[in-house]
Amino acid sequence: MSLGAIAAPVSTSPPPSRKRRITLPTALLAIAGLILLFALVRVLTGAEDLASSGTIGAAVGLAMPIGMAGLGGLWAERAGVVNIGLEGMMILGTWGAGFCGYQWGPWAGVLGAIVMGAIGGLIHAIATVGFGVDHIVSGVAINIIGLGAAQYLAALAFTGVPNGGPTQSPPIGDLPSITVPGIASAAGDLEANDWFFISDLARVVRALTAGVSLLTIIAVGLVVLTWWVLWRTAFGLRLRSCGESPSAAESLGVNVYKYKYIAVVISGGFAGLGGAFLAIVASSVYRDGQTGGRGYIGLAAMIFGNWRPGGLLMGAGLFGFTDALQLRSGGESVHALLLLVGVGLLAMAAWQLRGKRRLAGLVTAVIAVAFLVWFLATEEVPQDFSSMTPYVVTLLVLALASQRLRMPAADGLPYRRGQGS
Amino acid sequence: MRFDPRRVALTLAAPVLAIVAAVGIASLVLVAAGDPVAEVWSTILQFPQPRNLTNIINNASTLYLSGLAVAIGFRMNLFNIGVDGQYRLAAFVAAVVAAQGWLPGPLNIVLTIVVAMCVGAMWAGVAAVLKVTRGVSEVISTIMLNAIATALVAFLLRKASVQEAGSNNIGTAPIPESSRMPGLSLVPDAPNQVNSFIIVAIAAGIAYAILLNRTVFGFNLRATGRSETAAVASGIDVKRMVITAMLISGGVAGLVGMPLLLGEAYSYGLTFQTGLGFAGIAVALLGRNNPIGIAVGALLFAYLDEQSNPLQILVGVSDEIVKIVQGIVVLTVVIAYEVVRRYGVAQEQRNVARQLAAQRHRDAAEVSAP
Repeated sequence: MSLGAIAAPVSTSPPPSRKRRITLPTALLAIAGLILLFALVRVLTGAEDLASSGTIGAAVGLAMPIGMAGLGGLWAERAGVVNIGLEGMMILGTWGAGFCGYQWGPWAGVLGAIVMGAIGGLIHAIATVGFGVDHIVSGVAINIIGLGAAQYLAALAFTGVPNGGPTQSPPIGDLPSITVPGIASAAGDLEANDWFFISDLARVVRALTAGVSLLTIIAVGLVVLTWWVLWRTAFGLRLRSCGESPSAAESLGVNVYKYKYIAVVISGGFAGLGGAFLAIVASSVYRDGQTGGRGYIGLAAMIFGNWRPGGLLMGAGLFGFTDALQLRSGGESVHALLLLVGVGLLAMAAWQLRGKRRLAGLVTAVIAVAFLVWFLATEEVPQDFSSMTPYVVTLLVLALASQRLRMPAADGLPYRRGQGS
Repeated sequence: MRFDPRRVALTLAAPVLAIVAAVGIASLVLVAAGDPVAEVWSTILQFPQPRNLTNIINNASTLYLSGLAVAIGFRMNLFNIGVDGQYRLAAFVAAVVAAQGWLPGPLNIVLTIVVAMCVGAMWAGVAAVLKVTRGVSEVISTIMLNAIATALVAFLLRKASVQEAGSNNIGTAPIPESSRMPGLSLVPDAPNQVNSFIIVAIAAGIAYAILLNRTVFGFNLRATGRSETAAVASGIDVKRMVITAMLISGGVAGLVGMPLLLGEAYSYGLTFQTGLGFAGIAVALLGRNNPIGIAVGALLFAYLDEQSNPLQILVGVSDEIVKIVQGIVVLTVVIAYEVVRRYGVAQEQRNVARQLAAQRHRDAAEVSAP
């Protein structure tokens, strides 16, 4: 908020829009800048796996479950229902994928996962919308039920099945993956040449064109579809109005209960789809404890993305990337990332100081120097530290940017028809 | 307060309704899965052996502490989902400190407990500070802090551990013999003993009741929980309340790992029990944040856990069914309370309407017959 806006609150002319639209050229420029930065860090540190096509491919694969869970959270919270139960719904989804997947093929597994997740969503909807139970309480209960139900059903369905066991399903078939002919192999050649920047660009292109699972493409499509449905259709407007001001929506004749039910069931379906990713694409079996808290990270990605699909995708990508780094070469790559974070924070400090925000700029600069010292003083980051990266990043983003985040106004509040406040 | 039988009936109706509904739904699940319903329930409902009874009491006192920690937050609408991370970090640090044996015997126990409470409070304090200064929801921050605590403990454990001979389990050095809490032989004929930390648990429950119902702080806490705007208007410093409540909650959370550490495991290793914090949320919800209610909830959960152990061997049903029952109980309890509350409100409204109608009738009669 600028001082001028406070001094002159009754101005008739509309205030100049502070919101900058991100146009295609600036987005492309930002991506190019990012790749350049990565190329520099790679050359300086010699961490070859930091942004290899393998790492990026793994990052995309790991980002998708988180992104789908986050998308589930987005649907529910845009309709005003907080969904802590994403984790439980995701667990149900992994079981559904395993159960249907090994018997009737991977696509049936995807469907089964969505259905199981949606059942979890329905329970959440009945509790929170139907009975007005506190959303967090219901979510916690669903996480307990989801975990128990999946393990109970797994023991029931997979014990004694060939290649299966009480905690693991038989293997699920692979989903088709797509390689764009020509481009992928050309990019592969370029990547092998090890030219500064061009090879780095080629790595990204290759990761995005070679062996991409069809489900990944569908998932990205679903993010776009979600944006279109929620922000460009009457249905979406009504659904969002239930999250912003349900009594106002009610006064305009919107059946708030119906929209909330639909949103929460869809939310569960998306969480289940996230589970399908883990079971089918990432590992090709159902296993107990497969989600590893990714439902929660999905929720964090959604908050990181300011309750918007684009931001959510960015958050999921960031978490998927740190996850992939840690899985592939652990300490070395994350160590190289320290330099990246340090440089990035220095740039941010400079920007803050230029904008006359001295204190914030100084704090950022100190943190940046700390990162750089850490980078110079050590050889690699312990594995446990890299596994906590997504969570620390989320906390930092929340702590630094919580004033810029805006959740739906009636998010998490109970609603009963005819009792609007 | 006047004794009102209807009120009492309504209060008791909710938990009974909830448990009946949970048992019904779980039975449906069992039937749908083709498992023997009657055998499952008869196994769970048979009277526990003395050995199992001791286990139930021990687990219940641990769950009770966890439930108390969550309940303190709940009373002022703070969701401390981070009890899980708080008690694990606290137990780890306390285990390291206790193993040093800086103080002799019982004093070392006191030091260990104090350290655990401080670490738990500190970890909860991070979430409190973020909430007060940056407006970060404690639900999200404590979830993140749980995950960070997991990684942090794993990292520190690798640094501070001593390898046990012939096993993959790594753990902290065992605490000295003189600083271990002795067991109590409360249950007759039991081969095992009740953990004496139960005394601390009971004391914590009494302290909780006194703190909330008999002190200015407790009044402020409950007032803030009921209506934050009213609390602000009456001069309560809500930010300070958030920090204090969260610190106390974290401090009690630090106690959760102590019965295990001081009376059973004597060190912190990879096999140290996890997930007690989440169980504590369920127990606190079950007990409606009431010190006695939480005890009942803790006993119920501990009973279900213990009695379900032989299910796999005796009946061939996965004992995870009990997890489903526990989850459903949490959900049905809150739903049942809501349903009963709505019923009570509707009753009250009907009463008031009837009295008003009678009043109007009387007034009309007086007007028409002067």
